[in-house]
Amino acid sequence: MDNLIKMTTEDLDFYYSDFHALIDISLNFYLNQVTALIGPSGCGKSTLLRCLNRMNDLIPYSRVEGDIVLDGQDIYDPNVDVVALRRRVGMVFQKPNPFPKTVFENIAYGLRVNGFKDRAIIAERVEKTIRQAALWDEVKDRLYDSALGLSGGQQQRLCIARAMAVEPEVLLMDEPCSALDPIATQKIEELIHELKKTYTIIIVTHNMQQAARVSDITAFFYLGNLVEVGKTDTLFTCPSLKQTEDYITGRFG
Amino acid sequence: MNESNISYIGFDSKLLPETEKVQVKKDIISQSKQGFQSRRKIFQRFIFSLFRLSAAINGIALLIIIYFLVVRGWRAINWTFLTQPPIESMTKGGILPCIVGTACLSLGAILIALPIGVASAIYLNEYAKAGRILRIIRLGINNLAGVPSIVFGLFGLAFFVVWLQFGVSILSGALTLGVMTLPVIIGASEEALRAVPDTYREASLGLGATKWQTIYRVVLPAALPGILTGAILSISRAAGETAPIMFTAAVFYTPSLPSSIFDEIMALPYHIYVLATAGTEIEATRHLQYGTALVLIALVLGLNLIAIIYRARLRRRMQ
Repeated sequence: MDNLIKMTTEDLDFYYSDFHALIDISLNFYLNQVTALIGPSGCGKSTLLRCLNRMNDLIPYSRVEGDIVLDGQDIYDPNVDVVALRRRVGMVFQKPNPFPKTVFENIAYGLRVNGFKDRAIIAERVEKTIRQAALWDEVKDRLYDSALGLSGGQQQRLCIARAMAVEPEVLLMDEPCSALDPIATQKIEELIHELKKTYTIIIVTHNMQQAARVSDITAFFYLGNLVEVGKTDTLFTCPSLKQTEDYITGRFG
Repeated sequence: MNESNISYIGFDSKLLPETEKVQVKKDIISQSKQGFQSRRKIFQRFIFSLFRLSAAINGIALLIIIYFLVVRGWRAINWTFLTQPPIESMTKGGILPCIVGTACLSLGAILIALPIGVASAIYLNEYAKAGRILRIIRLGINNLAGVPSIVFGLFGLAFFVVWLQFGVSILSGALTLGVMTLPVIIGASEEALRAVPDTYREASLGLGATKWQTIYRVVLPAALPGILTGAILSISRAAGETAPIMFTAAVFYTPSLPSSIFDEIMALPYHIYVLATAGTEIEATRHLQYGTALVLIALVLGLNLIAIIYRARLRRRMQ
């Protein structure tokens, strides 16, 4: 691969109390590339995603072993500021979850909590971000209405915009289209194509076609193991393992 | 079902043409089914009526109480009654000091209980680590909720009035009522906090917000309608309590309005109690007793109404 490594996991193990959810995962995520994590439910792909910005810290009785490195720094190092880490590694969730605030305040929130005070700068950044998310024309007259009044697809793009507003370096997406219709899904996929120019994107998806369409690299997980990883073109056309082939052709999972 | 099964109803089905035989079978099936269908529909109607009746009893009970109070007490209510202190051994005049006293006690109790209650609920729900300390605190709160109000009254007397030397005063009464209300406010606040979806917390933390920023800017605003409703309801309950204030704040008679939090006061529920049990003219003051009760219940219902309207407005603003 030509691109620089942005983030990497080394011999990563994750436990939910006794359950060994991730087993010895070593995986690179490359700068300005989209990496898709695929595999049947419960294979650990979402768990891995949530390790990457330490969202799993919130789960009681969970335990991480091994290293996750972002730009040469181990993010589980005791000296790492989790709050600062999460600003650098943003996240978009499975279901659109805008705050019960106005469209404007949803985007401005990340700026405000990160210390932005100047109203003019906030307003400028909010507009810029909503434009980047290709949502401006749809919401420009509704900036001060509640975000909960938007359609599901608009809400999800708003959530992506919200994550982008704090200018993270890595964007984690946990099945961002699973609650959306095909047209809204298409818009999000187009957005992902745009966003990868700026961000390193890691996306969990249950949709094989989506993984094939949006990602550069695909990693296949099964029962907590990383089974196969490779360039998306290669992995989908001639996977090296029978297990991978069975999954992507829909024979199991 | 075969043909021999049908013949018992009194005719030989073999005599019928084929198509009619089929029809007969169908009729038998649908008849028995209809009986079953209508029986279970009637049963459902019966059960649902019981539930409806149970629900209606709530409304009817309230209406009866209000009707009773209005019929017996409306004569007592006039401008003088609401704006003057009692005169002539409390057989005439008004109840202004009682209204002011109850307002002071309720306001004081909520000022004390709301911040402590919400803070406790945030601790318990948002970041307390499961363990022995948490279990002990919860045990304390649950037991506090079960303590009879007269015990709170005696506690207030011993602790606030005597030991802390606040005397019989608004301060002692409000503190006592506040402590009594705490478990209810904590319970309502915890429930409101639990109702805030975790996805809001995750989204906020994912943007690089600290835990406190998340609580203050996202979780609390979303939980606010529930918290305030609980608080107002609990305070309207406290406004009607007699036992906790009879040793700590309320006095038999004082014509003057309070000038500081260390003053003793009259209060609506205690005034009713006094007029109805210890006055010199119990029978002659009946209408005053019912009038006072009417004012008290109007105050309580008014507070509840404010809670409902406020909650509805907050909810609308969020959607």
